[in-house]
Amino acid sequence: MLAIYKRELKSYFQSMVGCVFIAFLMVFTGIYFMAYNLTAGYPYFSYTLSGSLIVFIVGIPLITMRSFSEDRKNKTDQLLLTAPVSLGKVVMGKYLAMATVVGIPNVIFCVYPLIIKSQGTAYLKVDYISILVFFLLGCVYAAIGMFMSSLTESQIIAFISTFGVLLVLYLWDGILSMLPSSAVSGLVGVLILLSVIAFYIWHMTANYVIAGAVEAIGVAASVVTYIVDSSLYENLLSNLLGRLALANVFTDITSNSIVDVTGIVFYLSIIAVFVFLTVQSIQKRRWS
Amino acid sequence: MIEVRNLVKKYGSHIAVDHLDFTIEDGRIYGFLGPNGAGKSTTMNIMTGYLGATEGEVLINGHDILKEPEEAKKHIGYLPELPPLYMDMTVREYLEFAAELKKIPKKKREDSVTEVEKLVKIKDVENRLIKNLSKGYRQRVGLAQAVLGFPEIIILDEPTVGLDPKQIIEIRELIRQLSKRHTVILSSHILAEVREVCDHILIISKGKLVASDTPENLERMLGDADTIEIETRATRARIRDVLKNVPGIGQITCEDGKDGVTFARIRQITCEDGKDGVTFARIRQRRGEDVREAVFRAFAENKMTLLTLRAAHVSLEDVFMELTQNDTVPDAFARRKNEAELTDEIAQGQAENAEEIMPEEDESRKKMISGGDEIESASGAEWVETDGEGDETNAGDL
Repeated sequence: MLAIYKRELKSYFQSMVGCVFIAFLMVFTGIYFMAYNLTAGYPYFSYTLSGSLIVFIVGIPLITMRSFSEDRKNKTDQLLLTAPVSLGKVVMGKYLAMATVVGIPNVIFCVYPLIIKSQGTAYLKVDYISILVFFLLGCVYAAIGMFMSSLTESQIIAFISTFGVLLVLYLWDGILSMLPSSAVSGLVGVLILLSVIAFYIWHMTANYVIAGAVEAIGVAASVVTYIVDSSLYENLLSNLLGRLALANVFTDITSNSIVDVTGIVFYLSIIAVFVFLTVQSIQKRRWS
Repeated sequence: MIEVRNLVKKYGSHIAVDHLDFTIEDGRIYGFLGPNGAGKSTTMNIMTGYLGATEGEVLINGHDILKEPEEAKKHIGYLPELPPLYMDMTVREYLEFAAELKKIPKKKREDSVTEVEKLVKIKDVENRLIKNLSKGYRQRVGLAQAVLGFPEIIILDEPTVGLDPKQIIEIRELIRQLSKRHTVILSSHILAEVREVCDHILIISKGKLVASDTPENLERMLGDADTIEIETRATRARIRDVLKNVPGIGQITCEDGKDGVTFARIRQITCEDGKDGVTFARIRQRRGEDVREAVFRAFAENKMTLLTLRAAHVSLEDVFMELTQNDTVPDAFARRKNEAELTDEIAQGQAENAEEIMPEEDESRKKMISGGDEIESASGAEWVETDGEGDETNAGDL
């Protein structure tokens, strides 16, 4: 794992992608820092960071797009998969290298609150927590990007699809406001989600029995729940899907100075899920 | 030791590997031989754990490659068809990375990398980026990676592709060297290479194992009779006249040299007109008989000179063609083996056999058989004309 981690990290800086990402993020944050904190005199660095969020949406796909698709295209995955290293370690090695690249600018960001402090009042606690959560959010995006990259041989497709997913997540609040809130629509939404999950299970396992059972049990359970207490379904969709607005945990801190610990746990679980899915999608490729 | 049991790999409805079953013993060089798309690379990819099999199992020194992948992969060094190289690394960096992947202890890493660099002669390019290396050097870096750490089993998928003749010889030499301490499996579609290097050949066709034996045995199996090649300055009609009286020759076929001579597969003579009046003929003698002397005498008595008279053995090419060009290959091969024991089969029956074995040559074979109507028997030899036109020209020469 360490070998893969070192190699990946080195390659990020040899191929300039890592440097470009960091420079890009630093330049934009620098502009916001100049405008908000230095010129306008606003004492929160966290506010500046929330402006930089959009840079992540373009920058993260840039560093994740090549992680697995390039290996697959150049057949270097043959080296990794035939070496006495487990697949989980290969994925973790690559993921940690990405997380490190995301982490480097965040370490530099730690200087900015000190600059603010040297000029007057600074809210260090809020600022440092927001930098940490900003970094975690980057890691979540990187996990999603890595999964996308493991699905395709083309770096371009990996980039565009990751960018698309991240953009939708970024705009999620706006999209959610268009969802209906009645109980029936809640039920329909749950059924659609269930079918998507069942289809994914079928796609991964090619087992009609398991997928069919999941679908049948799910449908029965949700219909029964609806008959027993339909009020449960009111606003369910926006509550359920609202969690997907990943950046909310971060923006809560930057705009309201509220730290949502469950949100941080949520970030960590999403990372775990996507690392797991990446391993599964590579495993699946070996078997088909 | 590798045990491959009942291996099947399906891509959708396409069967790439079809119930393969074989055992690789320690300390020998094995050759996987087969035409393009026969399933060589797929088999190797499954053996090394890169792909999963649809059915069956692969045991590497007793460890199942799927159930205990890390333990099994430790015993294998693999060079895939396309060397898995990172273009943005230098040779040294790459090999050190590979050494770390293979869990070579830190202290030994430097030494073992230097050792393989010397072995495949890439020490002088170790600080160059891999993307700047030529194809031959890249292949060698890939080979170095496979050999690194000296695993017990080294699997090489077409190791000499894209190399120049000198490099090919060097790599073959290296493979021979390695076989002293390791089991080597290599795949190739180049017969000469496999014959020269390997102790044991596995011929794969359309995902099936059609033959598994030493090169010598394979040749022996097919070769129920040896071939004699002669060259003489005479027309074909004249050669026939002379050879007519030689006992021990089964069937003689004269073919026109122009349109791709079909090489004789049965006891027969194939004549081919050379440019400068020299005719080349192949004679298949009956099993157990040596007609060389008789052929020489026959020509001498007629006061004709023989430019060449030599015995040629059935080549591995013949075996390969025979085994890989037909759907009913194993049957044909089995029949061949039986045939070797039946010495007095008549030519007609064999011609039919040949027709079954080589459907793509139906046309010429049918011609040959229809020509068989004119068969004239003399002293045990039968004559079959295949090309009337060619004979007229020859008659003119006479």
